[in-house]
Amino acid sequence: MILAPIGFLAEALTPMSPAHFVAEDPATGDPTLVDFGHDPWWIVLIKVVGVFVFLVVMTLFTIWYERRVVARMQVRPGPNRHGPFGLLQSLADGLKLAFKEDIMPLKADKVVFFLAPVVSTVCAFTAFSIMPFGPFVSMFGVRTPLQLTDISVAVLLVLACSGMGIYGIVLGGWASGSTYPLLGGLRSSAQLISYEVAMGLSFVAVFMVAGTMSTSEIVNAQAIGHTLALPFGNINIPIGGWFFLLLLPSFVIYSISAVGETNRAPFDLPEAESELVGGFHTEYSSLKFALFFLAEYINMVTVSALCATLFLGGWRAPTSFESFWPGINSGWWPLLWFTIKVLLLLFVFIWLRGTLPRLRYDQFMRFGWKVLIPVNLIWILVVAGWLTMRKQQNLDVMDRILLVGVPLAVVVLLALLWPQKQQETPPPLEEQVAKRPEGSFPLPPMDLQVPVSPRAKRLTAERETVPATTEEEV
Amino acid sequence: MMLSTQVLAAAAETAGQVSGGEKWTFFLLAPLAVIGALGMVIARNAVHSALWLVLTMLSLGVFYIVQAGPFIGMVQIIVYTGAIMMLFLFVLMLVGRDASDSVIETLRGQKVVAILLGLGLAGLLGTGAYQATRDMPVVGLDKANVHGNVQGIAQLLFGPYVWVFEVTSALLITAAVGAMLLAHRERAKGERVGQAAQMKARFEPGNYPGPKPGPGVFANSTSVATPAKLPDGTPAERSISPILPTRELTSAEIANKHTEGK
Repeated sequence: MILAPIGFLAEALTPMSPAHFVAEDPATGDPTLVDFGHDPWWIVLIKVVGVFVFLVVMTLFTIWYERRVVARMQVRPGPNRHGPFGLLQSLADGLKLAFKEDIMPLKADKVVFFLAPVVSTVCAFTAFSIMPFGPFVSMFGVRTPLQLTDISVAVLLVLACSGMGIYGIVLGGWASGSTYPLLGGLRSSAQLISYEVAMGLSFVAVFMVAGTMSTSEIVNAQAIGHTLALPFGNINIPIGGWFFLLLLPSFVIYSISAVGETNRAPFDLPEAESELVGGFHTEYSSLKFALFFLAEYINMVTVSALCATLFLGGWRAPTSFESFWPGINSGWWPLLWFTIKVLLLLFVFIWLRGTLPRLRYDQFMRFGWKVLIPVNLIWILVVAGWLTMRKQQNLDVMDRILLVGVPLAVVVLLALLWPQKQQETPPPLEEQVAKRPEGSFPLPPMDLQVPVSPRAKRLTAERETVPATTEEEV
Repeated sequence: MMLSTQVLAAAAETAGQVSGGEKWTFFLLAPLAVIGALGMVIARNAVHSALWLVLTMLSLGVFYIVQAGPFIGMVQIIVYTGAIMMLFLFVLMLVGRDASDSVIETLRGQKVVAILLGLGLAGLLGTGAYQATRDMPVVGLDKANVHGNVQGIAQLLFGPYVWVFEVTSALLITAAVGAMLLAHRERAKGERVGQAAQMKARFEPGNYPGPKPGPGVFANSTSVATPAKLPDGTPAERSISPILPTRELTSAEIANKHTEGK
């Protein structure tokens, strides 16, 4: 139903073989889809444990990181007691959480109550199995890609996992047998389903340009710079290989819907403290609560990693850096670039939380359905049109002008002829105040001059004047 | 996670014939799928029923993936399990937790007959499918997936079947719009109150916009049945929930809190 308007999709997709950008480019010997599924079992085991450890450590680190960054934004020190810079704070918190009393509410549905956090966590971990951390590396003499696995529909796996992860939240809310968690669970399911649509649509442009859904090949597709050929004249604008420039609208929409998808401020309506106490996890305590907490932070890491993979070049450092450091994109180094990108994206999450107030529920839903999704559909149409045009080599100038000009003219005409609602100018403030009925809340006089506090005056007088040092004295 | 890795790896290398991994996955998940289907019918609680169905759908998704159809498998999980079952759950949760099905049979012996007929139908379909597909060679999978599974499906959907596909989507959209139309309630002109109007009404004279005192504030007892005291010492009846039964208060509870001198 959603895919129906993308009639161009087939034309854009079919002529390209799955590894269109990759297999025909001998310059990059980086992993593609065919390089997976050949590892011996112990390499797979190492990779599984590696991904697990990466996620758990990232969670512990991100909690500390978030508290420190938010503290810095609010001009206070933040946790700084345990370990260097307070780094062990979240470890201590986690241990404390594990030893707390595990409360099972009397009216809870016991099996589902236990199942919910488990579902959440398992889905969160599974989604990370297709993240590419780097190119081929040598592990105990075995040459293997630095990625657990890859499939031809890898990005859809992430969507499926986030779709299943919703069950954890919804069931947790329902099984608690209490009102606030139920409301939180309902809110979150509506929110996640709506924003998953916007998120899925923002992937489509990436799939069309990269010609594949496998993460390792999407990373490879971003290794080569693109040129943006204008439809008329011989103007070619070089544009970097990373998709966030080429597909800027997709990138912006993905970033917004990722915040909605992870229940983070300003979209943290399922656990709005001021409205729902704690939302779906109000009744949870001890390890079960810890699992929910873990899943939330892992989801944050996952959407950041996916953003880096799809739009920010994956594990690659910018290709232009290779001129002065040829080995920058080989061996284990890319793991570092990938982690840096993820941490920068996580910083944006924290920055948003420290800056923006929570949206109202109806505003939030309207934004998702009436802004993000239509904009995304139009953008996909534009990308599909552009790709079909690029395919046709022998278009003369007239055709190109027609192809670009006619849609452009339609858009301009629509914008000009769109009926506008007449904005009434509000009456001046004095009139509004005079119109208020008798007995309304008292207002201060409009021409109020706030007198300077006598205390402030005294402080200014008592402050010592420091003589300015001059160059000669130093 | 180990399992999912194996399954996905199996999907990557499957090329027509049944591999060992595929067999193992089938024998592991097929009983689960059947248990899920049975649980869905047998479970008394509607939400449990839905959860059993989720198990079946997930197993089906994995079967598709293992049989070299990764795209349809993922779509099964995303669309059916992730979205449609979620909407089902949404409705079921609003029905209430304790709403279980009635177990009284209105038709006598209906259960036994239903079980017998169900078994008969399953046997009929099963043997029919078995007879039809026995010794049938599997051909054409490699050819269909030569450019990759997703590309193959795209070629079919947007090539020979583009009309069917578009008409189906138009049908679904019509159904969705029709459902919206049926559920839509026409509102009179002034019936809908916007957020700005609500705020204005809240601060109208005669309405108290601040939070009301909770029970027990300034009183001698913290019980929810004890009304809060207003500044002049009179009890604030608004502070008690109307659903609580009225309780006789002792004289110590009625007395004002001692505040002057210790």
